[in-house]
Amino acid sequence: MLNDKNYYRNNVIIGIIVVVIIIYIVQLFRLQVLENDLNQVNTAVMRQTIYPQRGLIYDRDSTLLVYNQPAYDITLIMNEMRKKDDYRFDTIAFCNILSIDTANFNKKIKIIKKSKGYSPNTPQTFMTQLQSENIATLQELLHKFHGVYIQNRTIRNYTYPYAAHVLGSIGEVSQEDINKDNYYASGDYSGRDGIEKTYEKELRGEKGARFLMRDNKGVIQGAYKDGANDIPSVAGQNLQLTIDIELQSFAEQMLAHKVGSIVAIEPNTGEILVLASSPTWDPQLMVGRQRNKTYSELNQDPTKPLLNRALSSAYPPGSTFKTLGALVALQEGAITENTFFPCSGPGSTPIKCTHHHGSPNSLLKGIEQSCNPYFWYTYKAYLEKNGYGKNNEIFRQQYDKWRNAIMNFGLAGIFKDSDIGPHNTGGIYRSNSYDIIYGKTGWRALTIRSNSIGQGEITVTPLQMANYTAAIANEGYYITPHLNRADSMKTRIHDTGVEKKYFSVVKEGMRLVMVNGTGRHHAVNGIDICGKTGTAQTGGGRKDNSLFIAFAPKDNPKIAVAVVVEHAGFGATWAAPMGTLVIEKYINDTLTTAHEEKYKNLCNSVTNSNVIERKRQ
Amino acid sequence: MARNTNIVQSIDKLTVLLVFLLSIFGWCNIYGASYTPESTNMFDFANYAGKQFVWMLTAIGIATIILIIDHKAYEYFAYIIYAIAIIVLIITPIVTHSVTNGVKGSYSFIPIGPLKLQPAEFSKFAIALALAKYMGRQEYKIENWRDLIVPALIILVPMFIIMVPQKETGTALVLASLIFVLYREGMSGYVLLAIFALALLSVIVIKYNNAPLPLGTGDFGFLICMILLLSIEFFHLLIKQRKTKEALIMLGGVVAIYGISLIINIWKTVNFNIISAVVVVVAAIFLAIITYKYRLKYSYLLVFFNIIMIVYCSLCNYAFEKILLPHQKNRIEQILGIIDDPSGVGYNSLQAKIAIATGRITGKGFHEGTQTQMKYVPEQHTDFIYCTVGEEWGFIGTVGVLILYTWLLIHLIKMCERQRNKFSRIYGYSVVSILFFHVAINIGMVIGLLPIIGIPLPFFSYGGSSLWGFTILISIFLKLDTERVNEL
Repeated sequence: MLNDKNYYRNNVIIGIIVVVIIIYIVQLFRLQVLENDLNQVNTAVMRQTIYPQRGLIYDRDSTLLVYNQPAYDITLIMNEMRKKDDYRFDTIAFCNILSIDTANFNKKIKIIKKSKGYSPNTPQTFMTQLQSENIATLQELLHKFHGVYIQNRTIRNYTYPYAAHVLGSIGEVSQEDINKDNYYASGDYSGRDGIEKTYEKELRGEKGARFLMRDNKGVIQGAYKDGANDIPSVAGQNLQLTIDIELQSFAEQMLAHKVGSIVAIEPNTGEILVLASSPTWDPQLMVGRQRNKTYSELNQDPTKPLLNRALSSAYPPGSTFKTLGALVALQEGAITENTFFPCSGPGSTPIKCTHHHGSPNSLLKGIEQSCNPYFWYTYKAYLEKNGYGKNNEIFRQQYDKWRNAIMNFGLAGIFKDSDIGPHNTGGIYRSNSYDIIYGKTGWRALTIRSNSIGQGEITVTPLQMANYTAAIANEGYYITPHLNRADSMKTRIHDTGVEKKYFSVVKEGMRLVMVNGTGRHHAVNGIDICGKTGTAQTGGGRKDNSLFIAFAPKDNPKIAVAVVVEHAGFGATWAAPMGTLVIEKYINDTLTTAHEEKYKNLCNSVTNSNVIERKRQ
Repeated sequence: MARNTNIVQSIDKLTVLLVFLLSIFGWCNIYGASYTPESTNMFDFANYAGKQFVWMLTAIGIATIILIIDHKAYEYFAYIIYAIAIIVLIITPIVTHSVTNGVKGSYSFIPIGPLKLQPAEFSKFAIALALAKYMGRQEYKIENWRDLIVPALIILVPMFIIMVPQKETGTALVLASLIFVLYREGMSGYVLLAIFALALLSVIVIKYNNAPLPLGTGDFGFLICMILLLSIEFFHLLIKQRKTKEALIMLGGVVAIYGISLIINIWKTVNFNIISAVVVVVAAIFLAIITYKYRLKYSYLLVFFNIIMIVYCSLCNYAFEKILLPHQKNRIEQILGIIDDPSGVGYNSLQAKIAIATGRITGKGFHEGTQTQMKYVPEQHTDFIYCTVGEEWGFIGTVGVLILYTWLLIHLIKMCERQRNKFSRIYGYSVVSILFFHVAINIGMVIGLLPIIGIPLPFFSYGGSSLWGFTILISIFLKLDTERVNEL
């Protein structure tokens, strides 16, 4: 060995080498092992989303209501649009093809670049839902515009210009939606309202992805790993609704030029056959690029077409409520079917009667003639059954019992397990609420007498009206009203707490309404209709709301209907003919010639001249 | 006298094995990096992998010839080989220029048929031989300054030729690595330390040169350097000379001058570069007086050191702004984070890092590197070949390659130390220094720690000249090593 005093220096040199290598290994660890911006991107492999076919929507008879039609989105990859060598993105030509102005183009680009999650390397949605005729020129000249991609999408299309409220529409997701559910990306569409929103998860399906190799010049070189990693999209589930589109159309046409609502339910299943609200619009107007325009028009309309009155407007039920008043009183034993109460006609106190008939009356006659005093006495008998007690205590308890008995018919609450979407609860005052107004001892049956005839502090939605009509038809129970035919609600039976035996007299009374009472002009030959009209005061000097509930046939009922026409007048004049025509149409499938005439007249009558009919040309 | 040993028996087999492993793995990665859908055969001469295979076969031939030649020839002809190398280096730019008419600014190759030989790659062994021969003389003493000048010239002359007329800065810088050889042969360790310190200082000066001060005018980098200087002086006085009182006087003076400047700055903008210069000069004079007064030792050296440092800082800035070519300046600014332009200057560096990073731990698999195949990294088969390792073989691959190189280098150092004559040892250390510098610079640049300097990864990158150059370099050392038992 050639040893010398500097021999040790070989170790210093080794030390330097080792230190450098360790620094490099640390850097490699940071780059490769730890997650960072660099290893999360993949500039060479481009992910292209494959959009699934959104589920189709059918009516109860499997008639197609909503389907998909091809549409095109334009997406931009900003980095590829940049100036390169002798290439320059021709903004003016691009804008001319799409018939937009350059200022608009620049504004859009600015918005895209500011949006959260923006990346210059991934496709950014520039324009959405273009029709094939708008895209044809661009498709041909696409090679001239680097970084511009056409993405195949679909838009909704509708076979009927009806049921807009029920079906709802799809719209572009907001940033909030994206934050809430990471399934969505900017530019995606989701159900914004109606059934499209309720069943969004089922209808949307699963997005797939295609992986493409892209070289350093941004040119696609083919499938990555021959498509081995591609994820196929899963089409959305189809949906069959409980709606009968023929009957729905029939109802909506009657409501034309009026403000109101018609709801029909199949009593033994809780399936909603008709859910019509007027004014409404053609669902086709809420598709694609015209959606925003239509939406803002509807939003500004003073008649509030966007409001689904069938679910969201609560009205005093008027005389239609007398049926429930009778039923809970029978169950409580406050009256029997043989209890007679006097009536002095318009001179009755404290509530005058609006009809002229004999006195005293049995319950049957009371219902038939819609006698206000009868139901005031019934109500009073219920509430004062146990007296008032110390500090009004017993009376107040009895009032709450009455309220609960009424609520068992689906009033003053939401349908928890239903798929109808957001809806109004309606309301009945609690005893506490009256305590606040009158003081604990300051109110009696007389104070709140208006409740007995469905005025006062009771409000119900048209759906709730149809639902309690169904409960009467079923003689004691109702099934949560719903819209998805596949969803069997058999287990969601709600008992009203009124025994079956008490229903016969009320049903018979309702049958007589259509024979001798307020509904007698709208009887249908061959169908045993049980109905009840209502004319509810609305205050403010406007006309009364016209109300009607009915079910038919009396035995083994097939349909329960509720009709509300706002500020139209008597229940017997507007709501009753509409309700009976719906029943006739549903059960007989056709109308008699005379009724056909009546139907046409109804369709053309105007109760509110402000209502604009929005149908596609 | 010389015993007739069998070359196959006495050759260092571990070195051969490691070199083969690196070459073959390099070849696999060249195949990955030069992927085109049309050409998929590793032996197809039309693609880089096929060509590299030919270079590898011929390299084995070259190595065989070198191992057969008598080892004494290398020492004997060392100066002649060196002289030929210098002549070839000088005529190369002339030849290149006459052939290409200066296209692409390249002046570093001689075309022979279809080949483009790069003489700079072959000059390394010539320089190493000359260095070994001169420093290997019995009477050589590195402490003697004349004996330091000749080795310095042996290195600096070819370095200058490669850097200036040939414009191959990277290759020229490689020769600077021979400082390790001088260090091993007895040069003061302070020189290495000083180089390291100056490099660090350069980085500080360049990085913060144009960073403005929050108050007044002046350069942040300059202020840092001056404060660094003053700190050294302060601690020198305080700890080494144990003059607490004087140290505190100096500190107080410095703080006072800066404080007064700050107050003046309220009314009139102060140039802190001038203030700092004044403070340093005053401090130096103060130190000189103290030294003289107490007859202290070494402090003159400190004053001298101060002056050197100030001059260096100014030179460093000047060199960076005026001497470096724009692209070199940009690369340095980019790595120091002064400019951030991922699509321009930083593009190559960023794409290299992305390719490596996306390999994650286990890599995407042989021939599965998407960044590689889609040509995101430029020059990927040559200078950026390590990206392919990173992308296709992951962290395991990159660390594996680093370990192979480390193993090879440490083993070569052990081999150097077992040599019985200084010529072999010095030559061996030259091989180690050159290899280490290539590996460190190449990988450092690819993983984003060093500015982009285009030099190949030894035995790994595509290229006939570099593979042959390294083969010659290491084969001569292997030959010298086989003869060590015959030496006294």
